[in-house]
Amino acid sequence: MGHIGSALSIAEILAALYGRILHVPTPTDPERDRFILSKGHAALALYAALHLRGFLTQNDLDSYCGEGSLLGVHPERALSGIDISTGSLGQGLSVGAGMALGARMKAARRGVFVLMSDAECNEGSLWEAALFAAHHRLSNLVAILDVNGQQALGYTEDVLSLSPLSEKWRALGWDVHEVDGHSVDEITSAALHLDVDEGPPHVLVARTTFGNGVSFMENQIRWHYLPMSDDEYTKALSEIEDGS
Amino acid sequence: MRAAFVQTLAELASRDERIVLLTGDLGFMALEPFSERYPNRFYNVGVAEQNMIGLATGLAESGFIPYVYSIATFASLRGYEFIRNGPVAHALPVRIVGVGGGFEYGPAGATHHGLEDVGVMRLQPGLTVIAPADYRQAANAFFETWDTHGPIYYRIGKDDRTEVPGLDGRFALGRNELVRAGRRLALVSMGSMSAAAAAAAEELDAAAIVVSTLNPSPADELARELAPFERVITVEAHYVNGGLGSLVAEVIAERGLSCKLERCAVREPADGRSGSPDYYLSRHGLSKDAIIARASAPQ
Repeated sequence: MGHIGSALSIAEILAALYGRILHVPTPTDPERDRFILSKGHAALALYAALHLRGFLTQNDLDSYCGEGSLLGVHPERALSGIDISTGSLGQGLSVGAGMALGARMKAARRGVFVLMSDAECNEGSLWEAALFAAHHRLSNLVAILDVNGQQALGYTEDVLSLSPLSEKWRALGWDVHEVDGHSVDEITSAALHLDVDEGPPHVLVARTTFGNGVSFMENQIRWHYLPMSDDEYTKALSEIEDGS
Repeated sequence: MRAAFVQTLAELASRDERIVLLTGDLGFMALEPFSERYPNRFYNVGVAEQNMIGLATGLAESGFIPYVYSIATFASLRGYEFIRNGPVAHALPVRIVGVGGGFEYGPAGATHHGLEDVGVMRLQPGLTVIAPADYRQAANAFFETWDTHGPIYYRIGKDDRTEVPGLDGRFALGRNELVRAGRRLALVSMGSMSAAAAAAAEELDAAAIVVSTLNPSPADELARELAPFERVITVEAHYVNGGLGSLVAEVIAERGLSCKLERCAVREPADGRSGSPDYYLSRHGLSKDAIIARASAPQ
């Protein structure tokens, strides 16, 4: 299965979220923080995080993309630990804004976190949601942008330039923080210092490397799609273990 | 039906705090009975229908029952994939209210005519589709279904005066209403066309059946109701494919009924000409006289 490079670019973001930031005592606790992987194609990394958090078993992981498995390429709500099914880009922020508004209307303390890709910012609907969240000052909404600079058929700057990305979000009225998307400490520190009680919504612009940690995948467009051979898997695993 | 919707929703909202109303910047001189009474449960989200559906999905996931309001074509088509992946995929109680289906926005032109909304909505398993025939039935439909499981699309008209004779506002989810008995010929209608269809049936001495639940298909009941007839004519302000006529064709074919079916519906694309709703209905063979002429034509 593909999307390995995209999954590797968010591994540390998910480690920070599920290890330190999100309040999720159980996947069904009504007052848990909500998380939407709006770039659903990177669900591979989310399954790993849910496993390490204790919400998925090794058997669950081993069923990945098997016949009848709930662990498909994109995340499904039917799987414990997934709040919203995703896969079509540009929809998660709207749903997250609705959840954040709902939490505020109920005076609930839960936060809503939406992880998006930079290429996802090509979708016009995302900007509708960004305008709404800023206008209604949804301070309990935290967007995280995985800025790996790549999309399916090329580099984002070549396909549809997003520069200057942070300024765009700032101009809409968001509270913008640039972070190293591979530093768990930096992501955690930024997230835990946000004012989620009042003020504008927040976006962490996380600079990342596509295929991070695997030399032959880093910044290579083709790893958006390619599956690994057995040899490539062994080499990739060894490089990641050496680097960690 | 628009006033019936807003008044009914305001009444329901007094009983259930979960009810919220979102509009895509439409509803001037229409939504005030709700927005003035419940300002904290009313959001004009701006001209952004996709986001409106996404917001409603998130609100429904948070325990609310959000109603989203727009002109039928915008409510159904602009955010269609959001509807599919949000409330439908997650079985959430989002209520999508599309106003002015068919040609009710007459001179506003083709961009404002809702001619495929029922068809595309009916495609989605798990999405209930309701097209009330008059304002009284609309009010009852909203009362009867506000707490129904899963998402609902309502196609409503703007007319709050016309009543379909013999209907008396009756509504039950999944049930058709026989508003006039007859033999040999049955006129089967949907939504705002039902008054004209019932009037035509009176002159033709035909049966008139109103179908107001379009999804899930009321197939069993419709098969029983249509079985005695030699001839069935469907009447709808909708493109000929996908809507009521298609639903009836499916029932006749799948149940092996022997009645002959003719579909009065819109078969031509827009040609840029402006006019009143009646102008468009006449042009597309959907006036009462055109229905009668069609039914009286030699077989």
